[in-house]
Amino acid sequence: MVEILQNKLGKKIILLGNEAIVRGALEAGVNFVSTYPGTPASEIGNTFFRIAKEGGPYFEFSTNEKVALEAGIGASFSGLKTLVAMKNFGLNVCLDALIPFVYTGTKGPTVIIVADDPSCHSSAQSEENTRPIEHLVHLPILEPSDPQECLDFTKLAFEISEKFKIPVMIRTTTRVAHQRMPVKLGDYESGIKNKVEFIKDPKRFITLPPRVLEMKKELLEKIEKIREFSEKSKINKTEGNRKSKIGIITSAISYLYVKESLKELNLDLPVLKLGVFYPSPNKKTKNFIKDLKKVLIVEELEASLEEWVKGLAKEVNPKLQIFGKNLLPTVGELKPEYVILAIAKISNKKYKIQNTKYKIPASKRLPQLCPGCPYWLVISAIKKAVDVEKVIFGGEIGCYMLFGNSPINLQDYLSCMGSSVGIAHGIKKAGSAFAPPPLKFRRASKAQARKQKVIAFVGDSSFFHAGIPALINTVFNKSNPLIIILENQTTAMTGHQPHPGAPVIPNGIKIENIVSACGVKNLKVIDPINQEEFTKTVKEFLEKDEVSVIIARRPCIFVAQKYEKKT
Amino acid sequence: MKKRLNQFNIVIIGTGGQGLITLLQVLAEAAILEGYDVKTSELHGLSQRGGSVEVHIRFGNRIFSPLVKQGGANLIISLETQESIKACYYSSQKAKTIFLVNNFIIPIPEAKLLTINQISKTLKNFSQKIILVPASNICQKELGTNVASGVYLLSLAAFKNLIPLKPKSILEAIKKIIPKNYLDINLKTFKLASKNA
Repeated sequence: MVEILQNKLGKKIILLGNEAIVRGALEAGVNFVSTYPGTPASEIGNTFFRIAKEGGPYFEFSTNEKVALEAGIGASFSGLKTLVAMKNFGLNVCLDALIPFVYTGTKGPTVIIVADDPSCHSSAQSEENTRPIEHLVHLPILEPSDPQECLDFTKLAFEISEKFKIPVMIRTTTRVAHQRMPVKLGDYESGIKNKVEFIKDPKRFITLPPRVLEMKKELLEKIEKIREFSEKSKINKTEGNRKSKIGIITSAISYLYVKESLKELNLDLPVLKLGVFYPSPNKKTKNFIKDLKKVLIVEELEASLEEWVKGLAKEVNPKLQIFGKNLLPTVGELKPEYVILAIAKISNKKYKIQNTKYKIPASKRLPQLCPGCPYWLVISAIKKAVDVEKVIFGGEIGCYMLFGNSPINLQDYLSCMGSSVGIAHGIKKAGSAFAPPPLKFRRASKAQARKQKVIAFVGDSSFFHAGIPALINTVFNKSNPLIIILENQTTAMTGHQPHPGAPVIPNGIKIENIVSACGVKNLKVIDPINQEEFTKTVKEFLEKDEVSVIIARRPCIFVAQKYEKKT
Repeated sequence: MKKRLNQFNIVIIGTGGQGLITLLQVLAEAAILEGYDVKTSELHGLSQRGGSVEVHIRFGNRIFSPLVKQGGANLIISLETQESIKACYYSSQKAKTIFLVNNFIIPIPEAKLLTINQISKTLKNFSQKIILVPASNICQKELGTNVASGVYLLSLAAFKNLIPLKPKSILEAIKKIIPKNYLDINLKTFKLASKNA
């Protein structure tokens, strides 16, 4: 039996932050779990996937984060304890479903895990900070600092959700999700206690005006009640010497750097550690700052706590000197040495950072496609087929975003999942509508449409996730990019999770059936090992007046062996 | 009661796919076996695909930060020679940083590589003690595979007292962490390190 499933009350085992979230959910009695993989949240889904076969709760890899959340909403409406996990960009995808869910509230308690990645260790596209979501979606947000808190806060999040009938978010970052420490286990009970049934309740589940405005009012009242809970909650705690006139307010990973810094500097300063990011405890914080001369806010990325403290200080301590982003960076994650220096500065203590003459003489080593990766075959065929300087290459999220690195250099733009196709359509339309000499809008000649060639890459998992609507749009609004679907039959980048077309799935969906149902006439499925056919088809399809699709079908080397064994 | 350790900080550096996370897990288990508090930090996903990777482990009486601070490493284990230089950030005279470096080069596409002499010279600016070991070659020669060269270096560090953890604890941790299919080769590697230490 997997150690994480065992009931060993009080035992300490080493867990990764993400595993501790899983354990916390199990101890809370979670019944239904859905996710779409994304680093640094992936191990949550991977762990549930593994234990689902050993008596764990229901688990699914959904087609994207919105669908994952919607599945979770359905489970919650039917009374199940539900958990949905994703990385920060996934939250953008599911936001449309999340906002009304906060209005309707939960029936079965529901916890949503969102993982940010300051410094973009494993994220392209942006250094997104989930915290300002508090202004848009009024849902409680908890921020654990370490794996023990990941476990404890997940359990607490289920309790808050149960009590207030609202989904509760846990926001982690890479250094929390991918931190290991000995974690004390609690009691573990499985099984369904709630009655599983969708009971009709239109007043509650239908967000239609004018009721929707009443719901918003009820939501805001609910948040104020949760704020009272937050004021009393032990996870918003004050530590250290209350007589000092210099204080620190912090949360999440930054708290650990503050503790480390105080130890390093041999200082005893009062620290307000916030486990609840939203709704924040205004009274407790006013009380903390009212007699201070200086306060340092230690937080990663954009100033959220700092802006809030500035507002509170106006009421209770207008002379308070507030430090934060004037001493700490807004871009990139914090490091312990940054926090040591900031605290030394506000407390007028001398501190010398060791080793400041440091600089890197070594070459950068960028990530690369694995040796033997089927994508190398696609790259080789394309380089044979076209003059790469004359073709625009659309990139996407997956292993193939490494196409942007040297020596491959087949990437001219990169944005979010599904966007390579959507943007390719825009480029083709722009070229045909506005290219000189100016042509009448919407009525580009065939020659114009052929002028600037675009090849958009999209992975199979990304195609299911967000590529299909974009493909339909190219057909519906008539543009002619060449779309190459890189079908490696797995979600490779995040750790080889299955997707709806993977051969491990019984009756898996065939991508060519979807593509042809979308109305694409120029369609070929080619194993890129057939270089000649692949090269010839690329050349041929780039001359077409309508959209064309090549499905490059060859499994990722890490799943190929597994699939061969099964058949 | 033996004297309790305040803190010991290790940075392991290498390239994605060299098994850095396994080493972290082994070290963390060994530290727990000896009754220490422990924190680690690692990276997954994009960073795994053959790029530079560094992972951190700290253990001692009470550990807060999972990250080692600048100039704060007591030991730096580098699984590849070129990468060792990037860990200089974590070394200092004050921390008496020791470098334990695998004398093994993984080429970087389109880049000029530094020679072993250039690397040693640079590391000497940051550390009094640099140990270069051809771990991958030794493992390849003696065991027919270098898959466990990280475990070789780690075991060597324990036998040479570069880590304040008993080799016995490392061995116990290896047995707990390494999956069954790879356990035999790892145990042989541990033995080889004990012989060569």
